[in-house]
Amino acid sequence: MQVTMTVNGASFTSDVESRTLLVQHLRDNLNLTGTHVGCDTSSCGACTIVVNGEAVKSCTLLAVQCNGAEITTIEGLASNNALHPIQEGFREKHGLQCGFCTPGMIMASWQLLERNPNPSDGEIRHALEGNFCRCTGYDNIVKAVQWAAQNS
Amino acid sequence: MGKLIGESVKRVEDRRFTTGTGQYTDDIVLPRMTHAHIVRSHLAHARIRSVNTAAAKSADGVVTVLTGEDFKDIGGVPCGWQVDFKDGTTMHEPKHPILVADKVRHVGDAVAVVIAETKGQARDAAELVEVDYEELPVVTDATEALKAGAPQVHDDLPNNMVFDWELGDQGATDTGIANAHHVTKLEIRNQRLVPNAIEPRSYIGDYDAARDFYTLYTSSQNPHVIRLLMCAFVLELPEHKVRVVSRDVGGGFGSKIYHYTEEALVIWASKQIGRPIKWTAERSESFVTDAHGRDHNTTAEMGFDDAGKITALRVRTDANLGAYLSTFSTCIPTYLHGTLLQGQYTTPAIHISLNAVFTNTTAVDAYRGAGRPEATYLIERLMDTAAAEMNIDPAELRKRNFIPPFDGVNQPGYQTQVALQYDSGNYIAAMEKALETIGYQDLRREQEEARKQGRYLGIGFSSYIEACGIAPSAVVGSLGARAGLFESANIRVQPTGKVSVYTGSHSHGQGHETTFAQLVADNLGIPMENVEIVHGDTEQIPFGMGTYGSRSLAVGGSAISRSLDKVKEKGAKIAAHLLEASVDDLDFADGKWTVRGTDKSKAFDEVSLAAYVPHNFPEGMEPGIEFNSFYDPANFTYPFGTHIAVVEVDPDTGTVTLQRFVAVDDVGNIINPMIVDGQIQGGVAQGVGQALLESANYDESGQFSTGTYMDYAMPRADDLPSIEVSQNVTPCPHNPLGVKGCGEAGTIGATPAVVNAAIDALRPLGVTDLEMPLSPPRVWSAIQQASA
Amino acid sequence: MIPAAFEYYRASSVDEALALMQQHGEDAKVLAGGHSLVPAMKLRLATPEKLIDIGGISGLQGIQDRGDHIAIGALTTHWQLESSDLVQQKASALSQAAGAIGDVQVRNRGTIGGALAHADPAADYPGAILALNATLVIRGSGGERTVAASGFFTGLWETAVQDGELLTEIRIPTDAANANSCYLKFPQPASRYPYVGCAVAMTTSGGTCSDVRVGFSGVGESAFRDSGVENAMRGQAVSEASAKFAGDQATNGRSVLSDWSVSEEYRRAMAKVFAKRALLQVGR
Repeated sequence: MQVTMTVNGASFTSDVESRTLLVQHLRDNLNLTGTHVGCDTSSCGACTIVVNGEAVKSCTLLAVQCNGAEITTIEGLASNNALHPIQEGFREKHGLQCGFCTPGMIMASWQLLERNPNPSDGEIRHALEGNFCRCTGYDNIVKAVQWAAQNS
Repeated sequence: MGKLIGESVKRVEDRRFTTGTGQYTDDIVLPRMTHAHIVRSHLAHARIRSVNTAAAKSADGVVTVLTGEDFKDIGGVPCGWQVDFKDGTTMHEPKHPILVADKVRHVGDAVAVVIAETKGQARDAAELVEVDYEELPVVTDATEALKAGAPQVHDDLPNNMVFDWELGDQGATDTGIANAHHVTKLEIRNQRLVPNAIEPRSYIGDYDAARDFYTLYTSSQNPHVIRLLMCAFVLELPEHKVRVVSRDVGGGFGSKIYHYTEEALVIWASKQIGRPIKWTAERSESFVTDAHGRDHNTTAEMGFDDAGKITALRVRTDANLGAYLSTFSTCIPTYLHGTLLQGQYTTPAIHISLNAVFTNTTAVDAYRGAGRPEATYLIERLMDTAAAEMNIDPAELRKRNFIPPFDGVNQPGYQTQVALQYDSGNYIAAMEKALETIGYQDLRREQEEARKQGRYLGIGFSSYIEACGIAPSAVVGSLGARAGLFESANIRVQPTGKVSVYTGSHSHGQGHETTFAQLVADNLGIPMENVEIVHGDTEQIPFGMGTYGSRSLAVGGSAISRSLDKVKEKGAKIAAHLLEASVDDLDFADGKWTVRGTDKSKAFDEVSLAAYVPHNFPEGMEPGIEFNSFYDPANFTYPFGTHIAVVEVDPDTGTVTLQRFVAVDDVGNIINPMIVDGQIQGGVAQGVGQALLESANYDESGQFSTGTYMDYAMPRADDLPSIEVSQNVTPCPHNPLGVKGCGEAGTIGATPAVVNAAIDALRPLGVTDLEMPLSPPRVWSAIQQASA
Repeated sequence: MIPAAFEYYRASSVDEALALMQQHGEDAKVLAGGHSLVPAMKLRLATPEKLIDIGGISGLQGIQDRGDHIAIGALTTHWQLESSDLVQQKASALSQAAGAIGDVQVRNRGTIGGALAHADPAADYPGAILALNATLVIRGSGGERTVAASGFFTGLWETAVQDGELLTEIRIPTDAANANSCYLKFPQPASRYPYVGCAVAMTTSGGTCSDVRVGFSGVGESAFRDSGVENAMRGQAVSEASAKFAGDQATNGRSVLSDWSVSEEYRRAMAKVFAKRALLQVGR
């Protein structure tokens, strides 16, 4: 099936199998490998991206469901070579170690700050319940999001 | 030293990881690449009557289908550590084939592989592979597997024994227990865990027929070791014609140390089909094929005299190693567990006897901490339990038994009853700092007040020690290791004064590109951006033993330190020549050599340029500045600390909420405090995970009950409080950096503190023991039983 | 991770969806937000031959105040319900149940209609739908019919929606009890599906419970109203003691689900604990 979507500002039209998951489409067809796959039960959140302004798990959407969608992935968050404040925050507060969960964690944080520009510690932890990190223990991720909130 | 060591320098690697431009193995695409899907057993134990691949072979896009028959004459993946029976009999080491042909021995055992043009085609065709099984009885528990009449995992290996093993003075220990004023005894189940690095394992095998050359891209913690094992034991490939690349790796926690069958599979099959092959685990596969951790059944007894001094520790353990022996599986319950039973205490007699056992389960190997968490758990659970039984404050009981401070320089190292010699330690200092940080006296008063209101607060301790900086090769060799555990570092000074460092350590989250660059830049007096740290490629790095056992800085960093000394030594000779001075008259500081008492100097980049443009060069000296060092440590390092957990338990539901966690650790000297704090916090989260949430379970038919994240409870952001970490510094006396290692400390220390806290909370209700994980149903049942 | 192949059809109206459903019959599954079906397809627990995507039907979106009831389009997402002021005020149990589902990303895409039609015994909504005394609107080729929530959940994975029919709307009465309702969830730590989910809608008068509806999610094979709790609470002054007594009636005479992670005994006990807590929360 033919699908057209705008990804990080550029339009892409591709022929995909109807069973193609959005994350596979991004990674395998559009070579946007910053979005990761960490599980097969929609649990870990490593594949989180933004579709039409909302954070979603791209492993739980079919590419064909996203015909006409506006998509932002981790590769599209920085603008003009300047890191987004959330990206800066993760670096500033050591909110990542191995980096594998990081793109999804950052995109989920983006959603939080869109809806709640000054979240509390507890609100951040709740908002990130759908994103697993095995490295950091989350403490520095919370601080990274707070840093981003203060520096946005 | 300069300005960088000891500073929380922001990480070099974060730019790529925060922008989605890292390159993990599954991100790599090679021309003409095919995709593999492995057909796995859904049964825990069954004889394979037949495998029919005809339909799969003719399915759309299928390149080939291979079965166990294709691998019958090829080696299995080996175990890297030989631990023999007490009576000297050689360890039982069955072949772990790449694909099994005779029988499957655990859910997830690999029976066939489909290689196809696309992932989807491989997956579809895999459904067409017909395997006819004859089901066999199953055993999944180590203690059950030892009983007469238990199902035999390997037909020719009686009683499912891998080996039996002991350490310590049995006679003295029995006497110490028999004569004790008080004996505390616990039956402990240290449950099986799944490491769960968020990046699933991923491999690409690429055989180049024109060069007769093999390349393996792998999500591994130690590419050279994979190459060595694959070449020397499994496939008998020429090592100089094999390149193993392991660049960005999404977490390991031990599970990516080992040589896995799928690595050998994609390399071997790539040659058969003449095309690259990628295999990436789905998470459901990771759950049943990544080596698991822990899984000990233990009886532990500790004797005390009437002053609360420990008289002896006696431990009996059945360690479940799963269906096959993973690379380091055999040393975990023995030399990384039995040898740690001294803890921080002056226990005069210790004895452990242990059975290592085959079962119809996924292989068990090192998972963060690896043996040391199991040792710490039993010791520290005994300490808090004994304190309650003897009505002594748990902090006080520990203080009565701590080994007095020793720095390993002015005072000798501490010889334990279980073979090790601790390097340096100041256990009381960590305890005092932890007590002060948490406000212990106030907290106890708060606990009393809460109890009056029907709220159940608990305070739990853990004073742990670990052996890391793994490891002195001669020592481990004498204990059965089939490898040395040194590390290498090559430093190449480029003509313009830029520096490339090729380290055998491997970063999969630890931040070596930053910490090692701080070390090198400070030593050479050059900016950090002039230093590049290269890891994870056997074509670039002379050799490497990889990263695990908190060894990177202590061993890999020390290797870098040795090479830095050589660089500076040669640089000084060149500078002396250029300055027409004696080497003895030069000072090296801020990146230049200065003739003492003058303003005559040569900068680092002037010297490096002279080294590569040696028009005016010392007679007899070779051009260039490049040095490799192999550093083999003199001893393990012994980080230690005290952790205190505060929990509240809801008696109506059994929910345990971790309210505070204070970790005071002593990991020796620190190069990047931010990274050390992060390692400790992340480690604590995994330790808390074991205490409260995580458990890998098999049912009676050997099915894995916890094979997805819907059943295996991972710690999430809202499960944890902020972890309060701080450090004391007792330098390691035997390595050039004085560092000990921080990767596992948090995990080793945290678990018993949390469990002790929950039991402390519920003691007024009569609860004296809890089994991990402290899930609400389990805690609730314990409360019900205690009050019944 | 990769679903089995299927044919994909996109419906742009309810009529088109119904026509496609009639054309493809049992081979076809309806895809709404996809957050129940796609996960099952990835593990090949579901292998539909055809999918009819109704996600683009604009008429099934949104929340409307219709005076005596709130009308919720079947494709309204969990996040829309969680964040709606109207739902928070008039049917707080529903917004709390929506906010308890999955995680932020799941709530952004998952829909109430999809979740209800899936009828997972562990889903959050059903107990709330029962306590709120909702009415469900179902369309088929023969037209539209309504079903009371009490008749909607017919068994394990089963609802009153028949083959060829589509759940299109959920109607929540705007009564005093629904404005004073809550949903309390006690999640299993791994999946975060409920050990127990308890919804209570109560009217009180001078501290006395004049009427109450109690619905449980995740406890039995399908969600249920618990008349034992309701009868024990109705007419009583709301107190710790009366709520405990009423809560203790929970699940009496009913079978309760168990699995490797939770015993029947525990789930039953927790139903009683959370019934009491929910009663106290809305009874204060």
